[in-house]
Amino acid sequence: MKLDSKIPEGPLAEKWTKHKFNVKLVNPANKRKYDIIVVGTGLAGASAAASFGELGYNVKAFCFQDSPRRAHSIAAQGGINAAKNYQNDGDSVFRLFYDTIKGGDYRSREANVHRLAEVSVNIIDQCVAQGVPFAREYGGLLANRSFGGAQVSRTFYARGQTGQQLLLGAYSALSRQIAQGKVKMYPRTEMLDLVMVDGKARGIVARDLVTGKIESHSAHAVVLATGGYGNVFFLSTNAMGSNCTAAWRAHKKGALFANPCYTQIHPTCIPVSGDHQSKLTLMSESLRNDGRVWVPKEAIKGLTAKEAVSIAEEDRDYYLERRYPSFGNLVPRDVASRNAKYVCDEGRGVGATGLAVFLDFADAIKRDGRDVIEGKYGNLFDMYKQITGDDPYEVPMMIYPAVHYTMGGLWVDYNLMTNVPGLYAAGEANFSDHGANRLGASALMQGLADGYFVLPYTIGDYLAGMPYDQVETDHEAFKEAEDHVKGRIGKLLSINGNKTVDDFHKALGKIMWEYCGMSRTEEGLKKAKGEIQELKKEFWENVKVVGENEELNMSLEKANRVADFLELGELMVDDALNRSESCGGHFREESQTEEGEARRKDDEFSYVAAWEYKGEDQSAELHKEDLEFENVKLTQRSYK
Amino acid sequence: MNLTLKVWRQKNASDKGGFETYNVSDISPDMSFLEMFDVLNEQLVREGKDPVHFDHDCREGICGMCSMYINGKPHGPKDAITTCQLHMRSFNDGDTITVEPWRAAPFPIIKDLVTDRSSFDRIIQAGGYISVNTGGVPDANEIPIPKKVADEAMDAATCIGCGACVAACKNASAMLFVSAKVSQLALLPQGQVEKKSRVENMVAQMDDEGFGACTNTGACSAVCPKEISLTNIARLNREYFAAKSSSDNV
Repeated sequence: MKLDSKIPEGPLAEKWTKHKFNVKLVNPANKRKYDIIVVGTGLAGASAAASFGELGYNVKAFCFQDSPRRAHSIAAQGGINAAKNYQNDGDSVFRLFYDTIKGGDYRSREANVHRLAEVSVNIIDQCVAQGVPFAREYGGLLANRSFGGAQVSRTFYARGQTGQQLLLGAYSALSRQIAQGKVKMYPRTEMLDLVMVDGKARGIVARDLVTGKIESHSAHAVVLATGGYGNVFFLSTNAMGSNCTAAWRAHKKGALFANPCYTQIHPTCIPVSGDHQSKLTLMSESLRNDGRVWVPKEAIKGLTAKEAVSIAEEDRDYYLERRYPSFGNLVPRDVASRNAKYVCDEGRGVGATGLAVFLDFADAIKRDGRDVIEGKYGNLFDMYKQITGDDPYEVPMMIYPAVHYTMGGLWVDYNLMTNVPGLYAAGEANFSDHGANRLGASALMQGLADGYFVLPYTIGDYLAGMPYDQVETDHEAFKEAEDHVKGRIGKLLSINGNKTVDDFHKALGKIMWEYCGMSRTEEGLKKAKGEIQELKKEFWENVKVVGENEELNMSLEKANRVADFLELGELMVDDALNRSESCGGHFREESQTEEGEARRKDDEFSYVAAWEYKGEDQSAELHKEDLEFENVKLTQRSYK
Repeated sequence: MNLTLKVWRQKNASDKGGFETYNVSDISPDMSFLEMFDVLNEQLVREGKDPVHFDHDCREGICGMCSMYINGKPHGPKDAITTCQLHMRSFNDGDTITVEPWRAAPFPIIKDLVTDRSSFDRIIQAGGYISVNTGGVPDANEIPIPKKVADEAMDAATCIGCGACVAACKNASAMLFVSAKVSQLALLPQGQVEKKSRVENMVAQMDDEGFGACTNTGACSAVCPKEISLTNIARLNREYFAAKSSSDNV
């Protein structure tokens, strides 16, 4: 299979403009003859569905939550980047492009990233017009902050709830289209299969989660905006329902899955407190602007936050400031996470588990006063206190890295179309813009860029070549997919084994975190592969799913999702094994510099690894899309 | 900790439903309330019984999905948090805890503790937006907005749509929810163009859905996990009267 990224010809800065002119258009009167399915209603899905509706297409939108307003984009705290240069501090489209390519450790496409930087400015305009209450200065203009190690202040924010406000903006636009009848919304409905007719994506099979009814939906194109797959680790900052099922079913129908091993481990999360833990809570990265990260110079077993206050200054190791004098506590996420792991591996971790480091605000409070710190981080400090019982105004926070975002996803071309004609992937569900590491405040930017400003252009180019005819849902292909879905549900309900779905999910999570987490080795990955295969086998023989299909059955929903995580987990391990270099969030111990930093092997691995499903218990086939860099020079990332 | 739980069980919308009593043991004070329910549900599944269904997703207090009525109060005994943020250290060993779904006619029960809150979505669909299409909007800094106004709009905009306000209200009124959106958009210059039709349509939809009237007891605001202020209801009333008592003629 030859992967064609369809990157337009011409100079980098002109590609998108030219492409927009070159794409085919659908006459306004004909748009109503086309149906588009959008699965997922987070930033990418809601903005795409709303924009398609405004253009005149008929849209069917699906989400598994009870309302489109609940999608997990809502939990993003810190902000959204845009190259507005409102602060007159030297930002530009090219600088945002450059930072994003470099931050992604040169494993993303130049053309996609440049387009992202270009449309970033439109996103802010759009959101303000919708009534998104971004933070403002006293003069009434928009406020910005520096975020995630950026050297310019380009991050727009709405307190610590930026994702919520942007999502509610997109949700309001979507609601308007629902009211106008252009979007039909299917909440509490989960996509369980992709339907292809004559080699093109023509619909989905979904389960009504309240009645259990398996239903087919037909369309001229299908957009998956179903988020990331971080929950393969069981513990992550993702919502409990976030899952890979829609993307995985599309993969099994032929869509390539790209760079599955690229996982972002976020450095500032509240540490695990026990086996009961169901999810991890992120503390915004913005805290590192004022908080100082440290551990004791000599290991102290079970050091508590209260005891930490009395540790003398000379006995503390501010290891990020020591190792990276120019970036200090603001090094990118992957670097901060790995260094936390190192100091804990050395036995210098703190807290009851030894798997935590301190994030200390004592100096910031002394310097700026409590009021200033409260103004910046008040809600985060309250949240921390609520969860841990410790007061960060009095004692340092304890943090530890946790799985937060997945850069990998369905392979897409420049038009965000997968290799399956008519199947698109947007937002975290695709792989395209963040390379091997996503920068802070870039996920919201990409989700909205895809939905508001990319797909509305590119999908028309495809639809313009499609006949108006609908495929009826009694078509053989729909029947086949429905039977497959029903068969699988029947199987899950009939096993009646001894272990719960969560038992399997936790076991999978432990394998993934141990061997395919922050640091990976060939030996460990090979071991993980064997263990996952065994776990998968046991799952299908010994899982216990109670209840019936014809009702709200959350145990069955979970089983369906975990069954797919078990398969995806193995592919992640395969990908991590194949990529014997270190890059961004993917750290292979065999490939590091003398100082312990990630060492890329550009000659061997400057490509996108796109995997093709070859059948049950068959190895996936690797396809490579070579990455070409014409506008940036590949350098070793240095934050010293 | 060992606890006794009295939990509302109801198989589906047409089932009558009733309380069931369960015991859970070895509960850590560091667990969240929902993690304690996870323990109960694992226990039930192992016994081959149907787990207690409850809505939840982000488990960090922002998605608005979780919705338990705990010991007679939406989201439980602590102020300004959602159920998922409630931790077991707020309870004592040996406690009996009663857990019910949101109780309001416009939120019909789907199963156990899960209710249908789509009436809230329909209220937003009636006018909780600014009618701008994607593209063709002015530069974001062309509309200066005083910081005080933007902050006030943001306070209102933090509503997570959980429905605790309705569950707490003896009239099952949705005024706090509706007022939060009306306030946000009425405060901002972008929202001025449609301010009259917005408030009229949203209030009409609220009434159609069967939500009750507001009698200013303030129970809604007292239980709101985002502490949405009653001032918003005053602003909603003002916007509504202003819309009803002014002319559309230009």
